[in-house]
This record gives sequence, structure tokens and C-alpha cells, in this order.
Amino acid sequence: MPTFRFSPTPIEPAALAAALADPACGGYAAFEGWVRDHNDGQPVQRLEYEAFEALAVREGERIIAEAVTRFGVRHAACVHRVGDLGIGELAVWVGVSAPHRDEAFRACRYIIDEVKHRLPIWKKEHYVNGDSGWVNCERCAAPAATGAAPAGASAHTHGHRHSHE
Amino acid sequence: MSIPADSARRSSARSAGTAPAPLYGLVLTGGRSTRMGRDKAALPYGQGTPQLERAVELLRRHVERAYVSVRADQQGDPLRARYPQIPDGETHSGLGPIAGVLAAQARHPGAAWLVLACDLPLLDDATLTHLARSRDPARLATAYRSSHDGLPEPLCAIYEPHSHEPLSVYVAAGKTCPRRFLRGVDTLLLDEPNPRALDNINTPQEYGAVSNAVTRDTEDTPGASVRQLTVQYFALLREQAGRREESLRSPARTPQELYAELAARYPFTLGSEMLRVAVNGEFSDWSRPLREGDNVVFIPPVAGG
Repeated sequence: MPTFRFSPTPIEPAALAAALADPACGGYAAFEGWVRDHNDGQPVQRLEYEAFEALAVREGERIIAEAVTRFGVRHAACVHRVGDLGIGELAVWVGVSAPHRDEAFRACRYIIDEVKHRLPIWKKEHYVNGDSGWVNCERCAAPAATGAAPAGASAHTHGHRHSHE
Repeated sequence: MSIPADSARRSSARSAGTAPAPLYGLVLTGGRSTRMGRDKAALPYGQGTPQLERAVELLRRHVERAYVSVRADQQGDPLRARYPQIPDGETHSGLGPIAGVLAAQARHPGAAWLVLACDLPLLDDATLTHLARSRDPARLATAYRSSHDGLPEPLCAIYEPHSHEPLSVYVAAGKTCPRRFLRGVDTLLLDEPNPRALDNINTPQEYGAVSNAVTRDTEDTPGASVRQLTVQYFALLREQAGRREESLRSPARTPQELYAELAARYPFTLGSEMLRVAVNGEFSDWSRPLREGDNVVFIPPVAGG
């Protein structure tokens, strides 16, 4: 299984998790990024993801390899959507299996943070009022947007080195 | 290796007292490139020049007219369509190089043909000059003796007009190997002035080694001040440029200069300080020197996840 890939169709987390199963692993951690119905005070209707896939796949594979080396986990993978997504849809999935939970959590967090910062992926938000815009590109005076809300996470991460902290 | 003396006398007599046939050139591009896995005619060398272009340019300096030999199903290929083509005859499909030679001879029966394979990236002017000057129009063919095995090299050779008939007979007998044909007829064999000039390449490994050598020889070519580049656009830049991709000739020496040139043409709202740049699929410095054939992508602020 490739460690990083894009999917133009809905992501199926159960099948992806099963591929990380390993008798030597006692811990599995996953992160799911979902499409949120609002961003920066504006009601969002749907999203569009676009990627420079050739470079993003190579860079994504490098991030996974870094996580495996750095945290000593057994398996890690990430799938990112491209194309049109509705509210509530799964935009990105990260899964990690490891002998113990601590390294699984930490590797999972590392992967999603690096993916958001480093991969050439762009998100266009279509708002309920009919406007639309490329996140981080067109409203640079406004706080950077994350769009897909981390499931259960409160940290606000930025998609680009020029995002506003 | 030799032919009966009476046959040699006949062919000499046929051309005695007449001017040698005009020399035309033919680059063979009908091969399947099976071991290479991609079209050998399109392989780039030096500053990204496809091998077919290099071969035709070289050949044109030594012949009156240059043609490209193609299979019938290759006539629409844009690279091959840049040159005058001679498609293989229908009855000779599957014969390989000989089909191309027969088709050229049928098209221009009065010409002698300097036939070149298109997988000879190290071929040079000295080798073609020596071949053309040493040519003996009274023989059926003039060819180099391979520096590897001493046998005739059939795909950098001159075929005289009167080789058409024996070549047709050879093919009619079910034979297709041009090297064996030249061994069996009256061929003048020459020693190569440059023993590597006729090294052909068949695998990605051979291409890699030769490509590096050629690039080292040509990268400082003076006058290469304008480069053929491709640019891909994504997200906001794609919308503002109104296109996903373009090819352009540009004097820009770096991605920084290229972005300035494009920003003057399109209504870009992002300054280069907001962007990153990738060249040939990897992140790059803004000051990296651009080379012929480079693919450049300007990366707006990202927003994955």
C-alpha cells in the first residue's frame, strides 16, 4: 500500500485502518479532518481541494517516512481528498500503528501538522452567500483558515509559512 | 562478406561515366523502443533537445534533403510531423529498418540514401563527413565496420540506388537483417574515426549514462539565452492565468525572473514572497538557474488538511 495518496472519491477509513494491522502493534491512532460548515465567521456550503499531485505525493511519502523514523512506529499512512466535498465529508485521514499508544499519537499529530504545512494542496471555500475564495490566498489580512476541523482538536494550525499567527 | 567479381563489375559498369546519385538522408524512427520503455526519438539530450531533432539537424549538414522514416501509424506524431516523412510501405510492415530503406528508395529511386538510426546520440559531424567523402557510388553500399565486432553497421550507412533491387530480393526471400544484407553484397567498409560515435542506446541505464555525458558537453553552449520552458498553474494562479499549463520561450534566467515576466502578463495578486517554487517536480530556490526544458510550478499558500 502506498503510504501517501490522493483520492478523488470518498475515503474509507475502516479499510485503511485494517491495512495497518500488525500483531506486534498494541496501539492504533487516527486523525480525520472533516469539512466544517463555517470558517472565519462565514457559513460554508462546500469545498474544493486541488493538489500538485506529483510533488505532493513525493513530499507526503517523505513526511510518513520521517514519522516512522522519528517516533519508531511500525506503520503509517495518509490519504487526502481532491475534488468537490460537502459539509461533513472526510477531507484527510491519517493512521498510525505502533507497539504503544504514545508514539502512535505523536506520529499521527506530526503527520497531520506537516501535511498541512508542506504539501502543495489548495482549498477553495464556497460560502452560503455565493462568494468563494482560496484559503490563505485571497484574504491574507484575515486569520488563516483551516476549514476541515480537526476531530476533537482545538489547536489552530496554519497552512502556510506566511499565514498569520 | 564479399560478392562474386562479375556482380561487382556489373554494378561498377552501371554507374561508370555518370555522376554519383544525389545523396539524401533518412532518419529511421519506426522502432518500438521496447527495452527503453519510451520513444527513443523523443528522448531529450543536452538542453532538452529531442534526439530526433538532433539527428535531423546533424544529417542535414551532409545531404541534399533529409527525411524521417515512420511507421504508417506514426504519421500524426507531432515530433515526427515537424519533418518530411516517408511512411513504411504496407507490404513491408513489421520488417524493421529495411522497410524504411525500401520505402525511401521507392519514393526517390534516383537518390542514394544516407540512413541513420535515431538512437545514436554520440554521432558526430566527423563520422558523417568521413562516410560521405569515402562513399564509393560503384558499390552497393558504404558503411562503417563496427568497432565492437567488425561487422558492417547498417544504420549509419549509404545505400546506392542500385541496392534497391538486391534489397527487395533479400526481403522477398523472407530475410530482414540489414547487417547480414550488407555482409552479403558489395559493401565498402570503413574504419570509424570516432569509435564511440555509433554506440546505440537501448535501455534507460544506457540513456542515463550517455545523457549525462552529452549534457556536460553542451550545458555551457553560448547563445542559449532563451529557454523553452513549461509552466503549470494551480488554484488561484490557475484562475488568474486562465490556464493550467503553458509552454513558452523565455529569457528568464531564474524562477524569480520568470515570475516577474508572468506577473506582467497576468493579473496575479500574490507577490513572489507569498509563493514557493518547484522546478521539475521538486521544491527549488528562486535563484536556481533555469535550463532548457525545465518545468516550473509556482506554489501559492497551501491549505491542505
